[in-house]
Amino acid sequence: MSGNFDINQLSEHLFRHEAGRIVAVLTKIFGTENLDLSEDVVQETFISAMQVWTLKGVPDNPSGWLFRVAKNKAIDVLRKNKFSKQIDFSDPERILLKSEYTLNLALDKLWREDEIEDDLLRMMFACCHPELSVENQITLILKTLCGFSTAEIAHAFLTSEDTVSKRLYRTKNFFRDKKIKPEFPGNNKLGASIEAVLHTIYLIFNEGYYATHSNEVVRKDLIDQAIYLCRLLADNVHTQLPEVNAAMALMCFHAARLKSRLTKSGDIILLADQDRSQWDKTLVSAGNDYLNKAASGNKISSYHLEAAIAYEHCTAPTFARTNWRNILNYYNILATINPNPVVMMHRLTAVLKAEGATAALQEIEASTHKSEWEKSYLFHCLLGDVYADIAPQQAKASYETAIEMTSSKKEQQLLTRKISALG
Amino acid sequence: MAEYLLIFRGGEMARKAEMHSPEEWQEHMQNWMQWMGSLTEQGKLVGAQPLKQAGKQVSGKSKIVTDGPFIEGKEIVGGYLICKANDFDEAVEISKGCPILDFDGMVEVREIGEIKM
Repeated sequence: MSGNFDINQLSEHLFRHEAGRIVAVLTKIFGTENLDLSEDVVQETFISAMQVWTLKGVPDNPSGWLFRVAKNKAIDVLRKNKFSKQIDFSDPERILLKSEYTLNLALDKLWREDEIEDDLLRMMFACCHPELSVENQITLILKTLCGFSTAEIAHAFLTSEDTVSKRLYRTKNFFRDKKIKPEFPGNNKLGASIEAVLHTIYLIFNEGYYATHSNEVVRKDLIDQAIYLCRLLADNVHTQLPEVNAAMALMCFHAARLKSRLTKSGDIILLADQDRSQWDKTLVSAGNDYLNKAASGNKISSYHLEAAIAYEHCTAPTFARTNWRNILNYYNILATINPNPVVMMHRLTAVLKAEGATAALQEIEASTHKSEWEKSYLFHCLLGDVYADIAPQQAKASYETAIEMTSSKKEQQLLTRKISALG
Repeated sequence: MAEYLLIFRGGEMARKAEMHSPEEWQEHMQNWMQWMGSLTEQGKLVGAQPLKQAGKQVSGKSKIVTDGPFIEGKEIVGGYLICKANDFDEAVEISKGCPILDFDGMVEVREIGEIKM
């Protein structure tokens, strides 16, 4: 092996995703109840890689190298646990792993590298089991499939490592008690299972995209992982439903604008003021492709509509030339299928831009969501925008309420700038 | 220009204790790639090999064979590297960039003796 010390040899997040792939395969062998064992094997595998690659360079096929080493380590674990109760050898798929005569053959049957993509999806469905809370689903999916440490999850969701460990502990117990196996949902359940997985992926994405997280690296990380997970679904013939492609489109369009949202010092730049030349054209065009693929079938999901709205923003040459009429139309359909307060509040911006302040005020007064909206600082910010041209004093009052309601410094600064811009 | 042997000791324990995620492993690996890559680019790298942990020790006239080396984990030799440098100082400077030092490891620098003809 000639030394290859090219730093670009290791693609971004390579170790993370390889860790997820190895865990997905090992789970078939050790069972969902032994995620810890699988994670230990992954750790040992990386230690071996560290010892060899650092001095000899990255091998031509890093993934193949890791898998071969992980497989050998898995054999060691099986031998060591032959008489312990840790691994359930009574399972028909594992019974042959117990005897030395059949171990290698039985392992080869489970260890199919051409089936890894499917294993990853099976694992994804197990992580999003309907009886698990959404927090537990997110924690588990990041831990097992995206190779996050408990510290990294805690950091991403602004919670303590202790909380994350407890969530993992409870989830692992749940797997053990219910004997959950990673499997493909039956045809009649596929839609519902994919919906659950997409919802979890969407929440990971939103945490990265919208949460007022101070650390940009963490935010980008979550966005990358959400797109990675969704792409696994989109690339597989069994799971590439229209709504999966729509969710991919939506995330690509949003991610394309990521860089232009903040100044170098981390101040928020409003959509109207963003430098559109900075938007990532590759991601916009990937978004377009997914949106086209999403156009099959006769079901319109909320992802379709959110993607269509994001598409309008991404393809408007300037803010002034944004097609607010189209955007409002999409929001109106979205309101019929998913009329939650957040969607309805974002719709108000479209009403304001397409039909003017008076129309927006009328909508607000007539809405059943008004009392819910008033709890959110974003609503008061929006109300300020509505009043800005017609009643500057009221606009100022609304912005001030919003300032009191948010704890984010950057948002407070933005609102203060809005107040000083009032005539 | 002379050749120098860089012997890497320890670091393994601290690496295991302090790194908990693939992302951290990858970052560490990338630091190594950067260091080794720049040595290669400058034409200074002669060769390098990792060493497995298990070994035997043969000693004395009676050639007693023991398992070993049984020394503290932090002193175990994990690998070695041979590089070219103009003088000892440069070899020491090179070894200061080694990422093993981020994890409590040690680099021993020795000049390779040559018989001047």
